[in-house]
Amino acid sequence: MLENGMTFEGTGFGDEHDVLCEVVFNSAMCGYTELLTDPSYAGQGVVMTYPLIGNYGICYDDAESTRPWLRAFIVHSISGAASNFRCDVDLNTFLKQNRIPGIQGLDTRAITKILRESGTMRGMIAFRDHFDIASMKKQLDAFEMESYVPVVSSRESKIYGDGPIKIALADYGVKSNIIRSLVKRGCTVKCFPYDASFEEMMSFSPDGVMLSNGPGDPKECVKAISELKKVYLYGIPTFAICLGHQLMALSQGFDTYKLKYGHRGINHPVKDLTTNRVYITSQNHGFVVNGETINPSVADIRCISMNDGSIEGLTYKNGKVFSVQFHPEASPGPLDTGFLFDEFIKLIGGSRL
Amino acid sequence: MKRKEIKKVIIIGSGPIIIGQAAEFDYAGTQACRAIREEGVEVILINSNPATIMTDKQIADKVYIEPLTVETIKKVILKENPDSILPTLGGQNALNLAVELEESGFLKENNVEMIGTNADTIRMAEDRELFKEAMERINQPCAESEIAENIEDCVKIARKIGYPVVVRPAYTLGGSGGGIAADEEELITIASLGLHRSRVNQVLIERCISGWKEIEYEVMRDHNGNCITVCNMENFDPVGVHTGDSIVVAPCQTLADKETQMLRSASLSIISELKVEGGCNVQFALNPKSFEYCVIEVNPRVSRSSALASKATGYPIAKVASKIALGYTLDEIRNAITKKTFACFEPTLDYCVVKIPRWPFDKFVYAKRSLGTQMKATGEVMGIAPSFEAALMKSIRSLEQNVFSLMDEHLQSLPNAELEDRLHVVDDRRLWVVSEALRRGISADKIHEITKIDLWFLDKLLSIIEVEKAFAVQPIDRNLLLKAKDFGFLDKTISKLSGKTEEEIRALEEEWNIHPVYKMVDTCAAEFDAETPYYYSTYGIQNESCAKSDRKKILVIGSGPIRIGQGIEFDFCSVHSVWALKNMGCETIIVNNNPETVSTDFDIADKLYFEPLTEEDVLHIAQLEKPDGAVVQFGGQTAIKLAGAIEKMGIPILGTSFDSIDEAEDRERFDAILNECKIPRAEGRMVFTCEEAIKAANELGYPVLVRPSYVLGGQGMHIAYSDEDIVEQIGIINRIAQEHPILVDKYIMGTEVEVDAVCDGIDSVIPGIMQHIERAGIHSGDSISVYPAIGVAKEMQELIVEYTRRLAKALKVKGLLNIQFIVKDNEVYVIEANPRSSRTVPYISKVTSIPIVPLAVGTFFGKTLPEMGYNYGLQKERDLIAIKMPVFSFEKLYGADVNLGPEMKSTGEVLGVARTFDEALIKSFYGAGVHMIRKGRVIFTVKDVDKDEALPIAKGLYDLGWTIYATPGTSDFFNDNDIPTIRTNKIGTGTPDILDHITSGKIDLVINTPSKGVAHNRDGYKIRRNAVECGIPCLTSLDTANAFLTCARHVDTTQLSVIDITKVSTFLNFI
Repeated sequence: MLENGMTFEGTGFGDEHDVLCEVVFNSAMCGYTELLTDPSYAGQGVVMTYPLIGNYGICYDDAESTRPWLRAFIVHSISGAASNFRCDVDLNTFLKQNRIPGIQGLDTRAITKILRESGTMRGMIAFRDHFDIASMKKQLDAFEMESYVPVVSSRESKIYGDGPIKIALADYGVKSNIIRSLVKRGCTVKCFPYDASFEEMMSFSPDGVMLSNGPGDPKECVKAISELKKVYLYGIPTFAICLGHQLMALSQGFDTYKLKYGHRGINHPVKDLTTNRVYITSQNHGFVVNGETINPSVADIRCISMNDGSIEGLTYKNGKVFSVQFHPEASPGPLDTGFLFDEFIKLIGGSRL
Repeated sequence: MKRKEIKKVIIIGSGPIIIGQAAEFDYAGTQACRAIREEGVEVILINSNPATIMTDKQIADKVYIEPLTVETIKKVILKENPDSILPTLGGQNALNLAVELEESGFLKENNVEMIGTNADTIRMAEDRELFKEAMERINQPCAESEIAENIEDCVKIARKIGYPVVVRPAYTLGGSGGGIAADEEELITIASLGLHRSRVNQVLIERCISGWKEIEYEVMRDHNGNCITVCNMENFDPVGVHTGDSIVVAPCQTLADKETQMLRSASLSIISELKVEGGCNVQFALNPKSFEYCVIEVNPRVSRSSALASKATGYPIAKVASKIALGYTLDEIRNAITKKTFACFEPTLDYCVVKIPRWPFDKFVYAKRSLGTQMKATGEVMGIAPSFEAALMKSIRSLEQNVFSLMDEHLQSLPNAELEDRLHVVDDRRLWVVSEALRRGISADKIHEITKIDLWFLDKLLSIIEVEKAFAVQPIDRNLLLKAKDFGFLDKTISKLSGKTEEEIRALEEEWNIHPVYKMVDTCAAEFDAETPYYYSTYGIQNESCAKSDRKKILVIGSGPIRIGQGIEFDFCSVHSVWALKNMGCETIIVNNNPETVSTDFDIADKLYFEPLTEEDVLHIAQLEKPDGAVVQFGGQTAIKLAGAIEKMGIPILGTSFDSIDEAEDRERFDAILNECKIPRAEGRMVFTCEEAIKAANELGYPVLVRPSYVLGGQGMHIAYSDEDIVEQIGIINRIAQEHPILVDKYIMGTEVEVDAVCDGIDSVIPGIMQHIERAGIHSGDSISVYPAIGVAKEMQELIVEYTRRLAKALKVKGLLNIQFIVKDNEVYVIEANPRSSRTVPYISKVTSIPIVPLAVGTFFGKTLPEMGYNYGLQKERDLIAIKMPVFSFEKLYGADVNLGPEMKSTGEVLGVARTFDEALIKSFYGAGVHMIRKGRVIFTVKDVDKDEALPIAKGLYDLGWTIYATPGTSDFFNDNDIPTIRTNKIGTGTPDILDHITSGKIDLVINTPSKGVAHNRDGYKIRRNAVECGIPCLTSLDTANAFLTCARHVDTTQLSVIDITKVSTFLNFI
């Protein structure tokens, strides 16, 4: 059931129990393993627009965190066979093991169109033989999305890699591939919880700071925003992705707002205004930085979405900070913008001189 | 931004339809011409194929229907002075021609720039060595391989790499001449052929990776370096089967994101390294057990795959590629589907598509059906649905092969052991063999072991089979019926499975409210609002196709897959009818299932339903749309077959009624009409059984023509000379599941004449009369056809016109009528009349400049022909000769017999247009790829009854200086008549025998008239096959040989002109 009262009937899979969530759609045709385990989906019920899901099962190597975070998985149909040489477990079992409910047999295109037209909505997935529509609606109306960053952010400070470049990573719900992308480039990455102070992070004496992706409304991360003001003033090379990008923008007094139905997919064209090149990017965000509130003396718009013109990347005037709304670490999605990690490393190299 | 200096572009088309190069290039070319012209750039088009839409004057500014040779293109360039040439739209042919022009320095001398992808890129992609180097530079793995230029090297390389090896000739199309060799003996056979076929006498010997997954990417790139992938596709058939012969699904189904992105990144880095500006196809083989992959090949042009990708996603690759060639970048080009987003994005699908090739084995019953690296399919169909099961089932029934599901009755009786053996055979029936094996409980793992078909696909087949089986064990409930419909089962199949009648099934669907809805193909999985009305059916909760319209709604039934006998001519007619209907203010709705064609482009009709053309599928659309009328006369036999059902639905058939169609098809009714009109025809009988046929034949006297009614292209038609022939014939006919009667006619040997007429119910306009060079007995589609009929006496022509007008009136034809006549001994006989569009409509429309299809559409709405500006009767002849020459694809179909007869075998055609007969004939031979020479070496083997007639041809060739080789019988006869010959041994009677001569490479022409009858004449067959496989023209009719002689006589002295066909109506435009 959606918050507008519309109901859809399907068949359950995974761990069948009632959930309330925010319903969003994702248009990727593959990469559901990465998506399921992406902490940015915490609290959401994800509708896959591609109708055939589960074809290649789940490969643990492809997971972006230790477990799936989304609330519910909503698909047209899941595959009987899980066919891939790396497949560890089939999708149904994986969701069962992780206590995530799924529903299939729905007209997912119809739901997508409703979300596109009415915007992202709250929803409830219930497993019954007979439904009490009124009571479901009541539960749904009472439901409010909680703040998920504290849930997905790692409690303890973990260290990855042993390269010469030291990176302090603010973990708002980091995808593993951000860490892998840095480690691969010779970094030692230390993850700090979402509410770590500037001083805590600096105690690691990092060469650079990485601000991760994460779920939900950036404005709820009040602590992080105030800490980032200090990061900016300090002038350490900083690269921010997705939620991190929004938080850095908020720290500089820019505003963010919620998109009608978000950008979730792996086919989003983004134009780099400095080169006029267009890259296909992986995206997953419901909020964006409001372009009109960007202070031109503080930051330049580097990237915009070719679809709706929204802000996709900023370069800050202190010469040390740059950020993107999309996911250069891909996973899932195109690897076209992986060079941004190289830029980050180069920026760090420059700052050492 | 658009480059301002580009003002006039010459585009090379792909020429005749042959296996490996079909309608997809008409689709791409037409889209490209429109995209370029809308930018204010003048388009000069050259293409030898008159059946195409791209050669219409509405599509290009100037149209040259001329042979596609370097010489002709040079002439056109000198005449037109274009500033640019766009070579990437006409397939491999155009690419090769453009490179030749560039290498000769001609383009530079004449300041013609190659736009889009340039010659360096083409060379890098096409030349095996350069390509390998390029791939090494960017660390892209290719299968281990080496180039060889002779057999010895081939053997050496193969020993080094290890068998089996793949042999790939350089610069050929459709993998022509290639194959997989398991040992040295096979290698020598395949490689000799491959070396011969290659334009540069090179073959690649490659590590065999058969059994790997075959994955394709369609990629676009602009001059700014922006790259996107339009679509990826996965072959159901693993590496080893040509992708054109594979069942293909889009997007890829069994790849995780890691593999997908690995191959996507590889595609982008390849297209960037090659600096392609436009579209490009990259084929990969992926090891199913690791991340190991290799690049199989790259095509830096639009292709069959790009057409499929365009139709699968809605992304117009040819259009975008053309804009890029003009200088635009991807971020400047609008997405024509959403009109809101840009071309610089990657389509995402919320359905899957399945393509199945359409093979010609129903026509070539003796051809080898095995599939390998040599493509054999003539066309393809596509099914769209949110499930693989439904998409597959839709495409199966779109093939029009009387199979509607995974069940094949012929296989049901096969013993288990034999079935298991059949699993090892890779041929066109593999899908059904695999299904039958699964149905009998052979495990998916075992089948995977043998076939290497991915387990995911096998699981999907199994889920279809489970539904089949469910009907046998449980009563129908709503869930089961809904599931079956959702998986693409037709009511008729469910009826068979459940034992209920189709009416009962339909009643249950009504009761349980099971009805299809229509979803839109929008490139973006509904993320953005799209306006393009391109739909497919499924079972869901929301219908997206709004049936409201304030205009009259007309349903146009398309012609389905390209096959022998029903080619792009019918797509030409369908598209023109749509345009004409639009001009008359109607809303047009087209239904078709062929991804290669113009008619399934999203901006042709007001609405496109990409659906199978069965009664049920069309009925569902009709129930939603409630059209005011339906047009069936342009979609070939596919559409005609639906006429009865459409009429039963209560939808008026526009133009000629179903009853009139039946009158022309039904033997007895047609005979009655002919009697009434006092028009003679060959005596004949209608029979149902073999015994009746033999009886009829003996009453009529042999030879007789035997054919099934209600088929196109003379399918199953043969001349029978004996009772044995009849028995064999009826056997073949029954294999094509015959519900209609069989016709047995007396065979009259005379001059065959063909007429296309437009009729308004009052009288007819006859644009022109066409005469066939070959006498009756050879299918009209396989005959050389001459307009105007210069060899037919005036009185006979008048009689033909009179008969046509009479027949049109009697049949109450409204629209098109095609009639074939035989003229013999001052008498005109009717062979058959078809109240529908024909193969010759496009060609005759073009050479006479009479808009035949629009006139026909006008008559649907009560307009008379004089009202539309045309007087009744035969139209004034144009001051030109146009000769249509058939083109065959025999070299691709191993085992197919080359000899011509009443059953059609050609896949395409070319046109020669000139002021004189000789020049037109020479052009048409050139266009068909026959290298015309004044003198050379010819082998003659003719059967006894033809010897007298062969004599003047032999004499003529001898006088021109030809050396004549002949087998003993023919040789003695010629020598006795003072024509010296070189006597050669019959096959196997001492070396060198006739086959040795043929394979020696010294022979330029083979003239062989086959012994009559279908019983295989082994020697003649071997001679013909060998000639075809060595690329030597092989003429099996003395009429064709005579035409060849005429050309040989004049080839040196005839100056070949180039004619802009769009100017023909006013004056002839010679150099």
